[in-house]
Amino acid sequence: MTSRRTPKPATMGLMTAMFGAFVALTVSAQQSADIQNPHADVLSIGGSVTEIVVALGQQHRLKARDTTSTYPPDVTNLPDVGYMRALSPEGVLSVGPSLILSEEGAGPPEALDVIRAANVNFVEVPDAFTTEGILQKIEIVGDALGVPERADGLAAEIETAMATALADTDRPDSEKKRVLFVLSTQGGRINASGSGTAADALIRMAGGVNAVTEFEGYKQITDEAVGLAAPDVILTMDRGGDHGASDDELFAMPAIKLTPAAQTRSSIRMDGLLMLGFGPRTAEVIRSLNAALYGDGA
Amino acid sequence: MAAMTDVNVAPSDRQTRARQLHWALVGALLLACGASLQVGATDVTLTSLIAKLVQGQALSQMERVVLFDIRLPRLAMGVFVGAALAVSGAAMQGLFRNPLADPGIVGVGAGAGLGAILAIVLGTLLPAWVIDMTGNQLTPFAAFLGGWGSTILLYRVSTRHGRTSVATMLLAGIALGALAGALSGILVYIADDRQLRDLTFWGLGSLAGASWGKVLAAGPMIALAIGTALMLGRGLNGLALGEATAAHIGIDVQRMKSIAILSVAGATGAAVAVSGGIGFIGIVVPHLLRLASGPDHRTLLLNSALLGATLLILADVIARVVIAPAELPIGIVTAVLGAPIFLWILLKRRGLVE
Repeated sequence: MTSRRTPKPATMGLMTAMFGAFVALTVSAQQSADIQNPHADVLSIGGSVTEIVVALGQQHRLKARDTTSTYPPDVTNLPDVGYMRALSPEGVLSVGPSLILSEEGAGPPEALDVIRAANVNFVEVPDAFTTEGILQKIEIVGDALGVPERADGLAAEIETAMATALADTDRPDSEKKRVLFVLSTQGGRINASGSGTAADALIRMAGGVNAVTEFEGYKQITDEAVGLAAPDVILTMDRGGDHGASDDELFAMPAIKLTPAAQTRSSIRMDGLLMLGFGPRTAEVIRSLNAALYGDGA
Repeated sequence: MAAMTDVNVAPSDRQTRARQLHWALVGALLLACGASLQVGATDVTLTSLIAKLVQGQALSQMERVVLFDIRLPRLAMGVFVGAALAVSGAAMQGLFRNPLADPGIVGVGAGAGLGAILAIVLGTLLPAWVIDMTGNQLTPFAAFLGGWGSTILLYRVSTRHGRTSVATMLLAGIALGALAGALSGILVYIADDRQLRDLTFWGLGSLAGASWGKVLAAGPMIALAIGTALMLGRGLNGLALGEATAAHIGIDVQRMKSIAILSVAGATGAAVAVSGGIGFIGIVVPHLLRLASGPDHRTLLLNSALLGATLLILADVIARVVIAPAELPIGIVTAVLGAPIFLWILLKRRGLVE
């Protein structure tokens, strides 16, 4: 039974090594987290809220952002406090915000309780996939940042842009193309958008018809349901680079093969935040989706 | 298995070694606690707190919030959860006389997962007063009920005429786990994408939601369950010789099984409820300790509590510091650290590495 005692130094050695690794990680992480900007103290959470802050000319006040805030590209240089639904209270406090502007749904709730207790003002901005929804976001962000006049100006601009875009892109029901928004094709199974989503709203605004409205939200749908939905066009998120399924792969999928979209090889790829974050760029994306659907001259 | 039959070898230097190991573990836990209070995303530190106290200066509000509302409850929860997982692992391995047993075998994990998913997906359908009453704690509460309920159900299924069959429990545990998994799958299907993301993060485990409220809710339950489990040392040693032998040397085997299962359900149910799914602590910690000091449950259980708490706290420090100001789910850290250690233990046992 003596054999059991020999590994003990090794066990201790392993633990020492783990502890050493952890100290090293700790030190390096603390060094990298110090990016100073003395006049800024706003933390923006949610891609569309961040875009609005920038559109209001308040980018200089941003101190940090969340993972979903990727536009304009400059903001990605700011420290990232993590995914909006899994915030760490100390991580958020460490960037020293006095105001947190957040899209609806940030969390976890316990983290927000602690953050509020530390005297940080937390403003939640509701998300709604309509023109009024965008205008309301702008108004709330403008009030919170103390620039209501700028917000009024931006809102008026966007209201006009949206109204014009919606008027320009509308067309008779008989001409509207059926669009299937595919969130992912993991493992050959199609996760599509039903009604009530940002994708559904965008498709309608751009003068198309959502091909699946039998369910709400994003769900995996069966191959046969895709056939029944008979989309004329497949709309997907462009994940940057070539990570998404190529057209060849997409149109070779059994579910999609027999749809009108596959026969005409019609697919549209767009940036996810641009499409689904209802913010300052939505009028623009309505136009470009409409152009992609019907061709520039139509 | 070989290690677990080695009960009666007790040369006197073994006791000295056991005592040394025990105090080394106490020291490691204290160091880990210090590290946990010392580092984080903010530059608030324990040493600066002590310096200020010595000089009679007041703490800033930021320092108070970070130390007393964030790091201390988080540390307390880490100690409770880590100890609960490791002691439960040691107790289950002793009870099933199988070094691969963990609390998941008695269905705590699957049941707690189902409870949490129910709360996340269907919680919004509850009347407002129920939601108000539980505050933000609906998911942990449901997870605890799910874990505890499924364990009791399993225990009843595998107990006949006052005798619990460990083999039946193992098989029924697999069946009930599959059933809970299937029911969870149905709920996943009706969940919207926001709820799905909540589910993913819950499943990965985290101490980020730590609060004094959660510590007060889960702590006493875990302390009671661990305290009870710590008294099983002699009984589990006897059981290692086989049920019949254990009964002959005066151990009430049935009573011990009941106590072991109830305390494991209590400790892990409460731990999973407040922290989500954290793997590998329950299986790795008892193995490391058996390598270091042998299989005597009288020391193994208590040492598991100490080492489990220490490792979980260190894993939590890593989780919240590596990508600060964001943080990793702690379940990822324990798996990344735990899986290689576990492999190393296996290779070592087979003599493949020194």
